[in-house]
Amino acid sequence: MKLYAWAVYAFLYLPIGIIALFSFSAGRSASQMQGFSLQWYGRALNNPFVMEALWTSVRVAFLSAVLATVVGTMAALALTGMRGRTRKVFDLLVQIAVMIPGIVIGIATLIALVSVFDLVNPWLEGLTGWKLSLGSGSLIAAHGLFTMSLVVLLVRGRMETLDGALIEASGDLGATPMGTFWQVTFPQILPAILAGFLLAFTFSFDDFIIAFFVAGAETTLPIYVFSSIRRGVTPEINAIGTMVMAASLLMLIVAQLLLRRSQAQARR
Amino acid sequence: MTQSRARALLLTPAGLWYAAMLLLPLAVVLIFSFGERSAIGGYAPGFTFEQYANLPARFAAFRNTLTLAPVGTLAALLIAYPLAYFLAVKVSPKWKTMLLVLVIVPFWTSILIRSYAWIFLLGGKGIPALLEVIGLDDVRLLNTPFAVLVGIVYGYLPLMVFPIYVALEKLDKRLLEAAADLGTPPWRAFLQITLPLSMPGVLTGSMLVFILLMGEFLIPAILGGGKVFFVGNALVDLFLQSRNWAFGSAVAVALVVVMLITVGIYTRLVKRFGASRDDVGLM
Repeated sequence: MKLYAWAVYAFLYLPIGIIALFSFSAGRSASQMQGFSLQWYGRALNNPFVMEALWTSVRVAFLSAVLATVVGTMAALALTGMRGRTRKVFDLLVQIAVMIPGIVIGIATLIALVSVFDLVNPWLEGLTGWKLSLGSGSLIAAHGLFTMSLVVLLVRGRMETLDGALIEASGDLGATPMGTFWQVTFPQILPAILAGFLLAFTFSFDDFIIAFFVAGAETTLPIYVFSSIRRGVTPEINAIGTMVMAASLLMLIVAQLLLRRSQAQARR
Repeated sequence: MTQSRARALLLTPAGLWYAAMLLLPLAVVLIFSFGERSAIGGYAPGFTFEQYANLPARFAAFRNTLTLAPVGTLAALLIAYPLAYFLAVKVSPKWKTMLLVLVIVPFWTSILIRSYAWIFLLGGKGIPALLEVIGLDDVRLLNTPFAVLVGIVYGYLPLMVFPIYVALEKLDKRLLEAAADLGTPPWRAFLQITLPLSMPGVLTGSMLVFILLMGEFLIPAILGGGKVFFVGNALVDLFLQSRNWAFGSAVAVALVVVMLITVGIYTRLVKRFGASRDDVGLM
C-alpha cells in the first residue's frame, strides 16, 4: 500500500522534475542532460517575446484577480444569510460559471464580443475616433468571470462559519454596522479573501484555452509556450516552464497557509 | 440605508458581470447555432436546423471524446481509489495534510506545462528508448490514444483523489471493527461497507473529471499530435481556422447538452447512493 502511494507520487512529480532538471542542461538538446548551466534561464529572460508575454500575463492576472476579488467578496457578503429568488438566481449563475467548460466560455465570449463590437464600433468611431477590439480588457473580463465565482464560493463558505455572537456583541457595544464590519467581520474573512485572490491570479496566469480565443492580438505566456511547443521542444521552454511552475507553486503554498489559518480561526 | 438596498448595491457589479460575460455569450452561441455561415466566414443571420443536421460531420471528434473521456475517467478512478484509501485510512495524522496538499498542488499548476512534460517521457528518447533496452523495438507512444490517455490520467488524477478521500475520511471506522468482530473477512468488509459508503466520493470525482474531459483541448493537441482529436480541437478549428461560427456554435451546444445529460445522470445516481454537498471543494 505504501509502495503504491510512493509510485503514484512519483508519477505525479517525476515529469515535472524532469523538465526542471533538463532546464539546467548546458547542451542544445531539450531531451538530454549535457552538463549544468543557467544559460537557458538567461536566454529566456533576455528574449523580448517571452518578457512581453510574461508582462501581459502578469498584468491580466493581477487586474482580473483584483476585480474578481472585490466584486466576488461584495457578492458573497450580500448572499450570506440571504434567501429567496435572488439568492437562487445567483447560486445558479455561480454554478454555471464554474461548470461550463473553459473552451465553451472562450468561444461564447469571442463571438459575443466580436458581434457587439461590430454593432457598436461604427458610431463609436464616428463619435470618438476610438474602436473596441479584443485584447487585455476582454481577457480580464473573461478570466474574472470564472475567478469571481471561485471567490464567491470561498468567502461565502467562510462567512457561514462566522460566530454571530461576535457581531451581536459589537452592535450591543454601540458599534455602527460599518464599524462592526471593518473591525469584526473583515479581519476574520481576510484570509479567505486573500486565498481567493491568489487562486484567481494563479488561474488567470495559467489559463490557456480562454486566452486562446479572447486575447485578440495579445500574447500571454501560455499562448507563447503553446505556439513554441508546436515548433519543437527547446531547453528554453523547459526553463520558462520551470519558472512558471515555481511561481504557481509559491502562490499555492501561500494560499494554502492562508486557508489553513482561516479554518483554524473558524474552529476557535 | 436599509439592508435590502445595501444588498442590492453589493450584488449589482457581480450581476452585471454575469449578464454581460456569461448570459449574453451563452445566448449568442444558442442564436448563432441556428444561423448560417456567411460567405467570408463568421456568421450570417438565419433560422435553420442545418447546422445541427450537419453534426455527424464531426462524428470522429465526438466518438474520440466519448470513448477516451469515460476510459480516462475510469483509469483515473482505478489509480486514485487506492491512494485515497491509503491517505484516509492508513496514514498517520501527522503526514496526512502534507500528503494531501502534495496531491492537490499539481492540479493548480499549468496543465499546459504538465502535458508538455510527457512529450519527453513518451517521445523517442524517453520510455520507448528504455523499452528498446529490454528488446521491444519501434514502440511508438507519442501521438497515440495511449499518450492522450496518460496525459488525461496525469492531468486529472488530483481531482479524482480528493472527493474519494473526503468520503472515506468520513466513514465510521467502528463499522469495520464491528464487521471484523462478527467474523467478516476484510475483503468482504471492503466490498460491503467501505466501497458502498465511498460511492458519493467516487461519483463526484468521476463527474468532475468527466465534465472537464468533455471540453479538453490541450492534452489531445499536445500529446495526440492532431491524430487523436476531441470536440475541443474541432471547436478550435471551427472558430479560429475555418471560421464557421454557426456550425461551431451548434457543436458547442451539442457538447453542453451531452454534459448536462451527464450531470443529470450523476444527480440521479447521487440520489440513489446518497451524497453530501461538501465533496466538491478542492481547496
